[in-house]
Amino acid sequence: MSDASMTPPAAAKSGLLVADARTRKRNAAEKRFRAYGMIAIGIGLLFLLFLFASILRSGMPAFTQTVLDVEFTLTAEQFETAESKMLKTGEYQKIFVAALQGQLKDRGVAVDFDAMAIERLVGKPGGTIRGFFLENPDRVGTPVSFDLAASSRVDGYFNGRVTRDSIVDSRFLMTTDLDLADALEEAGIIRSAFNWNFITGTDSGVDNPGGAGLGASVIGSFFMMLVVLFLSLPIGVAASIYLEEFAPKNRWTDLIEVNISNLAAVPSIVFGILGLAVFIQFAGLPQSAPLVGGLVLTLMTLPTIIISTRASLAAVPPSIRDAALGVGASKMQSVFHHVLPLAMPGILTGTIIGLAQALGETAPLLLIGMVGFVAREYPEGFLAGFTEANSAMPAQIYTWASRADPGFYEKAWGGIIILLLFLITMNAIAVILRRRFERRW
Amino acid sequence: MNDMRTVETDVDTKEVKIAARDVQVFYGDNHAIKDVSVDIEDKTVTAFIGPSGCGKSTFLRCINRMNDTIDICRVQGDILIDDQDIYHPNVDPVQLRAKVGMVFQKPNPFPKSIYDNVAYGPRIHGLARNKADLDDIVEKSLRRGAIWDEVKDRLTAPGTGLSGGQQQRLCIARAVATEPEVLLMDEPCSALDPIATAQVEELIDELRKNYSVVIVTHSMQQAARVSQKTAFFHLGNLVEYGETGTIFTNPVDPRTESYITGRIG
Repeated sequence: MSDASMTPPAAAKSGLLVADARTRKRNAAEKRFRAYGMIAIGIGLLFLLFLFASILRSGMPAFTQTVLDVEFTLTAEQFETAESKMLKTGEYQKIFVAALQGQLKDRGVAVDFDAMAIERLVGKPGGTIRGFFLENPDRVGTPVSFDLAASSRVDGYFNGRVTRDSIVDSRFLMTTDLDLADALEEAGIIRSAFNWNFITGTDSGVDNPGGAGLGASVIGSFFMMLVVLFLSLPIGVAASIYLEEFAPKNRWTDLIEVNISNLAAVPSIVFGILGLAVFIQFAGLPQSAPLVGGLVLTLMTLPTIIISTRASLAAVPPSIRDAALGVGASKMQSVFHHVLPLAMPGILTGTIIGLAQALGETAPLLLIGMVGFVAREYPEGFLAGFTEANSAMPAQIYTWASRADPGFYEKAWGGIIILLLFLITMNAIAVILRRRFERRW
Repeated sequence: MNDMRTVETDVDTKEVKIAARDVQVFYGDNHAIKDVSVDIEDKTVTAFIGPSGCGKSTFLRCINRMNDTIDICRVQGDILIDDQDIYHPNVDPVQLRAKVGMVFQKPNPFPKSIYDNVAYGPRIHGLARNKADLDDIVEKSLRRGAIWDEVKDRLTAPGTGLSGGQQQRLCIARAVATEPEVLLMDEPCSALDPIATAQVEELIDELRKNYSVVIVTHSMQQAARVSQKTAFFHLGNLVEYGETGTIFTNPVDPRTESYITGRIG
């Protein structure tokens, strides 16, 4: 019995006032662990801060627009002569240049420029001006002020993106143009304005970043979210209630359960190609339509909603079910009267988080043609909103980011700011609803 | 056992309310209840005692078919209430549970108002024709649950805000609101302090006037205090069943004696 002869290591007799070596080691380990935790959180916060700072810095210029504010009067004869010419817009442009020169002279700013310089500054304003007067013939003869969007390079010059050095070899902008721009700014003709068009407008062509807006794709995203909400919430909740409360526990339900968990981890692009094959090629639904986007995102969101709904149903204490069954409620009554209301905050949170995830999803939209589409117009009505080709916010951002003009790069960042605002709002709604429903008990 | 005050039993024989014949219960492969046959009388408190895992709660839950909610549970044999087999295929367990009320170990009021807790059963069974009717049922039930005086001024307050003992009496009021004929209680006082326990026990004695009460308890003193009949379960068998006084003072089976004297269990 060698064990019996072994004595335990002699415990050092020490008072409570002095920590022994073991305790000191344990305390040190705990302190170290806390430090690691704080460092981890610190790194996380730093990245978050960096992310927000860079998004704001790069995206804010998208919300402002450099405009040329020119006021001039088009006389009736000018209107007649211009309309009788072969090159009508060119004629308006000449009138505009003359008006601008006149305004500069009035304000005592002396600078020489020609029509070509103006073209480099604001593109071809003739078309805009003609369009306005054709639509409002009664304004002929009265002073009208135009806010003409400056070209993306001039915009960049005032934003600091373009400098005198960087345009030396450019044929789109000359240093003399920048002198003109400076002079115009001095005269108060060039100013910076809030770019409402960015929020309410539609996408523009590849050569006109100044006119690009996110509005149409916000509407596209809105219709997609409607489809997702009205399909995935009822289907997801019904499936979860059945699986959690009614379904027998056997091999089949186990299989279904495993597959739902797996579906949640399937890359979203897989859902995209599935949507392309099933909804567009097989079912013949229109390409690039928010309806198809919504259907694809519904497939993607369902597992998320089912998993969170089942978790919140399972979290309702079984004693509540017993209590309801004990007073003679049927299974369905116990679920709908007692279990579901208690699980509601969790279900809502899961649904909104699922929707937020769907709102930001780009990959599946790539495959159903929402990225290639240039959303130049708003849908024509509520139903058309589902079926007419449109873009969606993340798809629009992706499109902008891949265009050549650096002006679009700015727009992409600006689009991300708007997308993030929507996501933050949705998450805030989730938190508020959760609080509201929980307070009832 | 000087601390056990045995109840004087009534001499008149009462009619049998629940008759169990050769009841077997299986949880999967586990044979939890073996050949239990027992006659439970009307207007009597019957206590089921026995060590943990002896099957007394399982048998209790057979009487209102709460075991149906457990997938792997199978019940064989017959349980008759008023000579009707409750495991007959035509019997709807939901209808049965309205007739056989149940109170659980842990007080489990619904997270609703006190009023709604009691009114829920009558509402789903359509026992009240109008609001005044329902108000009457709620008041009557809360009075039977011996809690009316404590809650009559705050019927709209949440039931979960009451103390443990009050919650359990609320659950009893909720159970009697559906006008059951049998009341099953699964260790109703195990989560309560002695004062609340005393109140609930007093209430159980009161309920005996109208119902057949079956109570599962771990406390032999409680069984002795509230019941007229006692059944002792051990390892899934019904070992002994008889007048409470006899069981506690003069048991026939040696296992019963071992248990009540504290040698097993």
